[in-house]
Amino acid sequence: MEVKDANSALLCNYEVFQLLTDLKEQRKESGKNKHSSGQQNLNTITYETLKYISKTPCRHQSPEIVREFLTAMKSHKLTKAEKLQLVNHRPVTAVEIQLMVEESEERLTEEQVEALLLTVTSILPAGPETEEKKAPSNEVAMEEEDPA
Amino acid sequence: MFVLVEMVDTVRIPPWQFERKLNDSIAEELNKKLANKLEDAYVFPGDGASHTKVHFRYVVFHPFLDEILIGQIKGCSPEGVHVSLGFFDDILIPPESLQQPAKFDEAEQVWVWEYETEEGAHDLYMDTGEEIRFRVVDESFVDTSPTGPSSAEATSSSEEPPKKEAPYTLVGSISEPGLGLLSWWTSN
Repeated sequence: MEVKDANSALLCNYEVFQLLTDLKEQRKESGKNKHSSGQQNLNTITYETLKYISKTPCRHQSPEIVREFLTAMKSHKLTKAEKLQLVNHRPVTAVEIQLMVEESEERLTEEQVEALLLTVTSILPAGPETEEKKAPSNEVAMEEEDPA
Repeated sequence: MFVLVEMVDTVRIPPWQFERKLNDSIAEELNKKLANKLEDAYVFPGDGASHTKVHFRYVVFHPFLDEILIGQIKGCSPEGVHVSLGFFDDILIPPESLQQPAKFDEAEQVWVWEYETEEGAHDLYMDTGEEIRFRVVDESFVDTSPTGPSSAEATSSSEEPPKKEAPYTLVGSISEPGLGLLSWWTSN
């Protein structure tokens, strides 16, 4: 086995979520239950990874949302790794921005941090946990679930 | 935290799988080799199976240095706080990378952040099951393939039985504002 390119692409959690969900559907459709030990390993890791990502905001993302987010991010001049963390975590506080954006105190003013947070929270849908914590108003719940 | 890795490998398809679609067989063989643990494939030359050279891309869990991740506390030991992501378990936050000052509570077997306020120290416990936000500060890859006779000689003087090491482990840190238990930083 030979590695041709160890870093051919960075994937956001949503992409992995999509891939694994499709894989799960494919295996269900193929019908046959594969119980070989190799397949068990794959099943375990697929299940655990899906479980992990399902508890994050990535679960409600879509290709359109991610594209819209990246377009909106252009003006903020962040690196790929920084944008990746924003899309994976959907930070809602300034202190989280400080963690994910290197030297943010030097690169971003307070207003810019606020603007960044606004972009993040308005384009990226909230995660399952945040939805539970919100007031049980039906209107609010529907807004959160409606993809942009 | 996931990357695509491009690889090339020769995949052996045993004769009884020939009736299946070639791509399905190849995918299954590769997944058997790679999913969740690395095993050496065995090859019998001239055994009548087909050998196909395959170029493929594999999704690998490989966070970059300084990446922020959220996991769950698996437990504490004098070595530090053990964190799990469910699909990946081998993450350790050593004592020196905890929020300081920190102490290890022997009775409860839990690490505690002795958070200082004007009223005095407020003990914040790092309990099992709690969600924790940490930064990846180091990683190590350990070769787990079987070693030859030469290294057996080198280890013969050691009396301890060989420890089973995880092939890939991460070292984390929570010694920054915003890191540590999520509950420490959410304003209600």
